[in-house]
Amino acid sequence: MSEMSTLLYGLVLLAGAVGLAAGLTWFERRLLGIWQDRYGPNRLGPLGALQVLADMLKLLTKDDWVPPFADRVVFVFAPTAIVIAMLLGFAVVPMSPDMHLLDVNIGLLFFLGMTSLAVYSVLLGGLASNNKYALLGGLRSAAQMISYEVFMGLSLMGVVMLSGSFSLQAIVRAQEDMWFCVHQFLGLYVFLIAGIAESHRLPFDLPEAEHELTAGFHTEYGGMKFAMFMLGEYLGLILISCMMTTLFFGGWLGPGFLPPLVWFVLKTGLIILFFILLRAAIPRPRYDQLMSLGWKVMLPLTLVNLAATGAIALWMEG
Amino acid sequence: MRSTELLPFVVYFAAVILLVATMLGLSWLLGQRRANKATNMPFESGVISVGSSQIQLSVEFYLIAIFFVIFDLETVFIFAWAIAFFELGWAGYAAIMVFIVVLGVALIYEWRSGALDWGQKTRRGLEGAPPIEETP
Repeated sequence: MSEMSTLLYGLVLLAGAVGLAAGLTWFERRLLGIWQDRYGPNRLGPLGALQVLADMLKLLTKDDWVPPFADRVVFVFAPTAIVIAMLLGFAVVPMSPDMHLLDVNIGLLFFLGMTSLAVYSVLLGGLASNNKYALLGGLRSAAQMISYEVFMGLSLMGVVMLSGSFSLQAIVRAQEDMWFCVHQFLGLYVFLIAGIAESHRLPFDLPEAEHELTAGFHTEYGGMKFAMFMLGEYLGLILISCMMTTLFFGGWLGPGFLPPLVWFVLKTGLIILFFILLRAAIPRPRYDQLMSLGWKVMLPLTLVNLAATGAIALWMEG
Repeated sequence: MRSTELLPFVVYFAAVILLVATMLGLSWLLGQRRANKATNMPFESGVISVGSSQIQLSVEFYLIAIFFVIFDLETVFIFAWAIAFFELGWAGYAAIMVFIVVLGVALIYEWRSGALDWGQKTRRGLEGAPPIEETP
């Protein structure tokens, strides 16, 4: 793509990602309504789709309150960090053979770095609020996110080994014969769990578990700053789905009767649906169960996956 | 990579910052201003806040941070091996296996010493040791 069209693509990508994240708030509530045998938002516009607009207007006119007892600068900075980090993560996602903002040979590392930055948002938000619930929530999420980050990166190393590159376009091209979800099913499984924990979605939303911490790290947040935490969370969900498509489900590859972009969007959409279904179907674990699952099951499992992938790949190569 | 290829990304970054600034600025402009009796108090489910929120923390969080440093450094070495996997062949595989086994032993040690447990410790290997006295 020429420079100008890449530039334009970047702006469309930004609008699309934010728009999709906002739309997901309605879509998720609607789907949960169907699965839980109730209505969900259905008053405004066709099927309640204008609910997003109404929510946005309402959040904009809420009191932009910064607690006098909080660390004011950090308090305002914290919610912006997660939105910025997640949006930057989208820059390396290849949507079709020539649609990407940045095709660098460290694309995968860039993605991992950006998701790690999200920790700061939650931790700083919790610390700066100067509230006991927020402090506990912030600590929990920091411990949860750094624990799951360790093997989130490791679970992707099988993919890197087989494709021999960190560049996401190269990884997609390496899946032309067979999607990596087949020979890297262990990696996919671990990445799925780690992805949910990293974006602290239900059922792993212990940092904000309302049954014990009211709202966890964002107890003191309201209005637009609260909305930015939510926006960051939904952007994280979309980003993780995009990466799962790219790394394990062949990215934009697909039979030729549809353009690559459509294949990419279809696969990503299905994974997002799956994430919402998880939320509807599975109860939360306890916090200590979550941590021991990470260190005692997932970490050994990734190491086994690495050893097995290495041995089998070298043996097949001869 | 030429520097011009970075230009779209720089513009994208600027647009992201602008978007975030606009969101914060708009809500500051449009937001209502209210001041009730309890507006400026920390929210603790209706109970009036007692004491500072700079409380002492459970040591588990500190341990997790230390383990993160150990194991995340490990992943950096494995990243470097994974990218050159086929070039290194069996020799590289054997070397990284030694490395992974050493770390596996470390993980087993942490596990057995109860460092991965929260709350009630299931520490083993110290059966003969006197019980730790609770400090009031």
